[in-house]
Amino acid sequence: MTLSLNKTLLAAALALTATATQAATELTVYTALEADQLKAYAKAFESANPDVKIRWVRDSTGIITARLLAEKENPQADAILGVAATSLLVLKNQQMLEPYKPNGVETLSTQFVDKDEVPSWVGMNAWVASICYNRIEAEKHGLPMPTSWQDLTKPVYQGHLVMPNPNSSGTGYLDVSSWLQTFGEEGGWAFMDSLHQNIDRYTHSGSKPCKMAAAGETPIGISFAYRGAKLINKGAPIDLGFPSEGLGWDMEAAAIVKGTAKLAAARKLMDWAVTREANTLYNDNFAVVAMPGVAKPVPNYPADIADRMIDNDFEWAATNRARILKEWQQRYDGKSEAKN
Amino acid sequence: MPATLSLTSSPRALNTETWLQRLIVAGGLCFLLAALLMPLLTMLVKSLQNAAGEFAGLSNFIEYFSNPALTRSILNSLNIAFWTTVIVVSTAFVFAYALTRSGMVAKRGFRLLSMLPLFAPSLLPALSMIYLFGNQGILRDWLPVDSIYGPVGIVMGLSFWAFPHALMILITAFSNSDARLYEAARSMKTPSWRVFLTVTLPSVRYGLINTIFVIFTLTITDFGVAKVIGGQYNVLATDIYKQVVGQQNFQMGAVVSVILLLPALISFAVERRVQRQQSAQLSSRAVPMTPQKSPLRDALLALFCALVCGFLLLVIGMAVYASFITFWPYNMALSFNNYRFDMMDGGGWASYFNSLQMSAWTAFIGTAIVFLIAYMSEKIKPMPLARRLLQLLAMLPMAVPGIVLGLAYIFFFNHPQNPFNAIYGTMFILVLNTLVHFYTVCHLTAVTSLKQIDSEFEAVSASLKVPFYTTLRRVTLPLALPSVLDISVYLFVNAMTTVSAVVFLYSSETTLASVAVMHMDEAGDIAPAAAMAVLLMLTSLVAKGLHWLISHQILQRTQRWRQR
Repeated sequence: MTLSLNKTLLAAALALTATATQAATELTVYTALEADQLKAYAKAFESANPDVKIRWVRDSTGIITARLLAEKENPQADAILGVAATSLLVLKNQQMLEPYKPNGVETLSTQFVDKDEVPSWVGMNAWVASICYNRIEAEKHGLPMPTSWQDLTKPVYQGHLVMPNPNSSGTGYLDVSSWLQTFGEEGGWAFMDSLHQNIDRYTHSGSKPCKMAAAGETPIGISFAYRGAKLINKGAPIDLGFPSEGLGWDMEAAAIVKGTAKLAAARKLMDWAVTREANTLYNDNFAVVAMPGVAKPVPNYPADIADRMIDNDFEWAATNRARILKEWQQRYDGKSEAKN
Repeated sequence: MPATLSLTSSPRALNTETWLQRLIVAGGLCFLLAALLMPLLTMLVKSLQNAAGEFAGLSNFIEYFSNPALTRSILNSLNIAFWTTVIVVSTAFVFAYALTRSGMVAKRGFRLLSMLPLFAPSLLPALSMIYLFGNQGILRDWLPVDSIYGPVGIVMGLSFWAFPHALMILITAFSNSDARLYEAARSMKTPSWRVFLTVTLPSVRYGLINTIFVIFTLTITDFGVAKVIGGQYNVLATDIYKQVVGQQNFQMGAVVSVILLLPALISFAVERRVQRQQSAQLSSRAVPMTPQKSPLRDALLALFCALVCGFLLLVIGMAVYASFITFWPYNMALSFNNYRFDMMDGGGWASYFNSLQMSAWTAFIGTAIVFLIAYMSEKIKPMPLARRLLQLLAMLPMAVPGIVLGLAYIFFFNHPQNPFNAIYGTMFILVLNTLVHFYTVCHLTAVTSLKQIDSEFEAVSASLKVPFYTTLRRVTLPLALPSVLDISVYLFVNAMTTVSAVVFLYSSETTLASVAVMHMDEAGDIAPAAAMAVLLMLTSLVAKGLHWLISHQILQRTQRWRQR
């Protein structure tokens, strides 16, 4: 008697969950985008796909990548939207991504799409290295605005620079990998050796150096343009510097996690991520987006920012990531501040 | 034949009861094995594996020790722990002496103020240090070193945070003194410095040793302060975080965890030994001592205590003030902008409500579990071996740093073959982890109060054929109610403020306020981070206030028997 009652209850419960799933598939999407961007993206996607509901899992690039790798044997995410391409390449090399060719992917610049026949990831927008320069603090210390990366190694800047630690920050890694590509492997390390003499400290996140510059904790922070532009809007006394040798960059990208039970819904997300509508949304925050001809100038960014970006070899940056980070750590991490 | 009737029925009744007791003991044992020992063992195994999960022997350890950047952190951690212990223990020693042995004024006030750091997340003093001594800090010029970001900042922040922990133990140590020894010394006209060396110091020596080890363990395993104010000065706890979060190098994270576990385990073992010796120290004929007045000494001690409390208030006040500043240091207008958490990293206001929920669950479920297990290990007879093991396991969490426990939980609970896999990423795993992390102190509190209750109650109940659960409900629980309330508020406050254990375990639906503080600081939003830390401290204080009100009420009603 009780047994049959239990069975009926169970059946009813199953039926309930089944209808709930039919009503809207809940898609777990891992992301490193900013909190305020997520609302706009989810709203646009869900109004185009009412049968799918996005459940965001948001954290910084390093943490989200760590999380995905930790969950390799038991993936919790269905899809990824807005995580650094170099991180996605690491996941791809670990066979953790489900290749899929989104409808309309050919409208994107080839630079923004995985080179494989059926791409494992597609790019959304680029984010670009820049220098945040606090006018008030710089004047106090008599520091001119640096115009090139090499400028930053001058003795006058000693102890006045802050940059992100590439081991935790996607921005930090794009700086390091771009210097190694621009100056060559040997020249790049030599540049970083002398830069290290001037660095006050390495931060965990890529935004922090710019926020520190905005708060006057440091006169100059090596960060990325989006953060700097936002802080200028908030009234911070900073200017953005774009060094002449060229700017390192990485892109926010999207992918499907291999083994997801919600493949159809995940594909819909990928299809949406390459639309013109999505690219227009990316452009609200970023000056360079995957679809050519969409981007309008963003306040506080130079108009020609796309031309200042280096010709970034993502494959190289991803395959050498572990080696570069280890080398970097051995050279610069753990060295306590020379001054103490 | 009533006699035979009772003879045949009583063994059966006893049997059911014994079985229930056995079941609970076994359940408690399984709980601590699954929630503590097995995750730690999984981590130990992980430290011996390569990235692909194959057995790699000691190669991870060899790699660790051949990297000077990493091994340097061991020395850094020891250095921090050493200096913090010296500063905190010596300050707390004088402070505790002043509170217990002097005729100083305003003792109650000093004591209340000195407990304030217990309610703040450890990140709060670190954030305050930035506003006090950072490059834009208001007391920047007072700083004798170049930069607050580094060992000086860590030691200052940790000193603030660890102070009440040291003070509590030392106050207890000073309170257990025998006035007869001082009378004897006085009658022999012993000079006061000699009394101090030959009577006072020996009488508190166990408490002192205990304090040194507790503070050393607390500070060598701390994560929050070093994370915020450490700058380029790496310590073991932040290394674990960097290895796991920054480099996705879980094996190396496990290696550093094992290394961090060592000093903690050693000091834990020493502390246990000391504790055992201390119990025999005070004889039943001891006479409690009443402090004598001595104007000059008392005035100096009051000045000292005022300075210490002034520092504590300065640190807290700075965080509160900075949290209302619109844009430090360029727009010093006051506003609530920094409390708009939904505009920041870390999960916004939802994190705060998650924290409330998590803390409430931990306090509620945790207190029940702790008390039941403590009761079983103290008050019942069957399964002596299992109960011994239970007691041992209950002491272990004190030696396990939060960040190590958190990492161990990832390894153990996210394993696909783990039947408890489903709790990964839920509120439940946070509650479980927090409970285990703070288990030992709760267990000790429960055991101490249970020991005070005469075991005759159980014996009498048994002879009257009252089942043990009725005795527990009608007699033991009401008697031990004050300590039950203590446990629940301790769990609540610690669940609100802890960072280290849960930093690897939250999911997007279960972001926590304390972790949000760290993330906002990581992203450079220092003022909002301070705002959230202040909010957490306020919430903990409100909880403590409620606790005081409730226990005051209940004490009046249920503990009247104590005031005979």
